[in-house]
Amino acid sequence: MHGGPVDKRRAIQILSCMVNYNERLDRTFAALVDPTRRAILTKLERKGAVSVSELAEPFAIKLPAVMKHLDVLAEAGLITRAKAGRTVTVRLRPQPMREAMEWLRRYERFWSTSLDRLAIYAEAREAEAKEKEQ
Amino acid sequence: MTSLILVRRVRARPSIVFDAMTTAEGISHWWGPDAGEPVLKAESDPRPGGRYRIRFRTKDGLEHECSGEYLEVTPHARIVMSWRWTVGGGDPGESRVEIALRAVTEGTEITFTHARLHDEESRRSHEAGWTGAFDKLEAYLAEIA
Repeated sequence: MHGGPVDKRRAIQILSCMVNYNERLDRTFAALVDPTRRAILTKLERKGAVSVSELAEPFAIKLPAVMKHLDVLAEAGLITRAKAGRTVTVRLRPQPMREAMEWLRRYERFWSTSLDRLAIYAEAREAEAKEKEQ
Repeated sequence: MTSLILVRRVRARPSIVFDAMTTAEGISHWWGPDAGEPVLKAESDPRPGGRYRIRFRTKDGLEHECSGEYLEVTPHARIVMSWRWTVGGGDPGESRVEIALRAVTEGTEITFTHARLHDEESRRSHEAGWTGAFDKLEAYLAEIA
């Protein structure tokens, strides 16, 4: 066992890193769960920078409600807002989404390769069963 | 609700696929992301309320373990189980695995869903999970100090 205070500090660093990572993912997924917020992100992805009023236009909701959605997206780090005079410009910030996708891909890889191996195993059992039946 | 859905066709009848997915012997042949790396331990009691626990190694040399409870078991057709990482995996909380088997001409179609990967419920249990992890860490640190 490597004892001592250095290990302890390192272990706490790693753990708090993982907790932060999980919290970030939680915020990203919580932000993405709402269809209006996803529509906002889609529009930002198509158009790049968009003003808040332009963003609110196609949605059948009031501006304050749109502002609330933007707050959630900004807290999750999915958008940035910049004010110039009376216009607030909103931009997409894709990093958290990339991180979320990367996380999902790890599960995808896990199950995808597991199921490949399951198929090989089950097909061998099937061949054995067929042989016995003959 | 974050879910991962995979659909596969396997050239084996549903009863064989079902056994491969639910018996400890079957599971030990395929579970894990890296071919060639062993399943170190597999326990499975495939009936509602029964539990499973699978420990495996990845090619980076790390050991992982996942476990959970069978919530629904319909022989040769459907398996629903809770899932959580008990070793490795960063424990993002409890999620749910649903497996549907359907007989097709060439064998079996598997619809594999890993659901609730990140929803409110999982977040709550994840917080509980992390508290547990911190408790364990503290116990470990107390031991090595």
